[in-house]
Amino acid sequence: MKFIDEYRDPEAAKRYSELIHNITTKKWNIMEVCGGQTHAIVKFGIDELLPKGINLIHGPGCPVCVTSLELIDKSIEIASREEVIFCSFGDMLRVPGSKKDLLQVKAEGGDVRMTYSPLDSLKIAKDNPDKEIVFFAVGFETTAPANAMAVYQAKVQGIENFSILVSHVLVPPAMEAILSSKHNLVQGFLAAGHVCAVMGYNEYFPLAEKYKVPIVVTGFEPLDILQGIYMCIKQLEEGRHEVENQYSRVVNKEGNSTAMEIINRVFKIGSRKWRGIGEIQDSGLVLQDEYINYDASLKFGLADMVVEEPKECISGLILQGLKKPFECEAFAKICTPERPLGATMVSSEGACAAYYRYRKK
Amino acid sequence: MCLAVPGKILSIVDSGDVLSRIGKVSFGGIVKDVNLAYTPEAKVDDYVIVHVGFALNTVDESEAVKVFEYLKAIDGLEELENEEQ
Ligand code: SF4
Repeated sequence: MKFIDEYRDPEAAKRYSELIHNITTKKWNIMEVCGGQTHAIVKFGIDELLPKGINLIHGPGCPVCVTSLELIDKSIEIASREEVIFCSFGDMLRVPGSKKDLLQVKAEGGDVRMTYSPLDSLKIAKDNPDKEIVFFAVGFETTAPANAMAVYQAKVQGIENFSILVSHVLVPPAMEAILSSKHNLVQGFLAAGHVCAVMGYNEYFPLAEKYKVPIVVTGFEPLDILQGIYMCIKQLEEGRHEVENQYSRVVNKEGNSTAMEIINRVFKIGSRKWRGIGEIQDSGLVLQDEYINYDASLKFGLADMVVEEPKECISGLILQGLKKPFECEAFAKICTPERPLGATMVSSEGACAAYYRYRKK
Repeated sequence: MCLAVPGKILSIVDSGDVLSRIGKVSFGGIVKDVNLAYTPEAKVDDYVIVHVGFALNTVDESEAVKVFEYLKAIDGLEELENEEQ
């Protein structure tokens, strides 16, 4: 087994699709939380294998897409400073800020570097003691172990010219925000498998109970997603609302205890603004007091900066599953991956970009 | 960015410090250095799920076939039901 191709077998996918048709008697709205799953669903046409009444709603699980305009503007402000080497995952470089993006800062002479792992930027800090190295720490629970480790190691090794611009978001509070909204359409969730690989899925039991929604922890390959959908519809049809684990080859209930220990040592829970959605209480990670010297926002005096979101991009509605990308006036007209108006068009995990790439009509 | 992919551990360099255990991991032939701090149980030949340079978990081989077993099981149930009708 290589754990990829086997899970893309078209025969098995077809069989799953038939079985889903057989058990479905009603219309159901199911949200896949994670952008990686959205990408796979649109790429492999999984939604097209489902009964007409099954509506897959694409969730807010793309960190590039939900990072607030305010943080993008902060990153641009910091990256523009002469003494700074600004490091980021590649997908953040093209996210439009109020006036420009990080790539433009680079074109104007800023030292902006794409790094694959936050530990790479820590190494850059060691190699450039006369510079300030800032890492754009975006992501869900999946990047938290890596980002926490970079800060932890910086402290252990006494590296002081390193800091992170923290934009960490957490999945369960976002799911709760969606469920508690009066516009909510979601009746069942496919929870993001890799988030659960880190955090386990104990957090979902109270959510499933309180909102009476089935939650199925689901992987990323086509057969994973089809099985997750099958399990979710089966629960809905039978009137159950349990937490189930489709992705047991990677996820266990307790999560990765070593990773959680380092995350909790470095970060604590705090409020976070989501792009297009607004502030959600206790929905992000911020640095613990002991690590506050590594907070780039404070280091560069930007803690009080406030930026309002523009109105024309409806990505906030798309992230909550209230609209599909086609329903945006700008989609594929003035908004394209080359000239994105909103973050959901930038990241390959963003719903607008996935539709543009695989469904442009 | 959230895309985490399975890769096979080819070798492990143990520096003595668990938090900086590094493995050479092959992703369909492309080999990368991966930090194994969070998977202290991982051994050579194991598959790990890797995300931004860190292994998040090992892939459990015995659980890995469950997707197919589940399909077979519900498939079998269907047939049984059809025969009964
Ligand atoms: S198509 Fe562009 S403008 Fe419209 S919602 Fe998507 S990112 Fe925003």
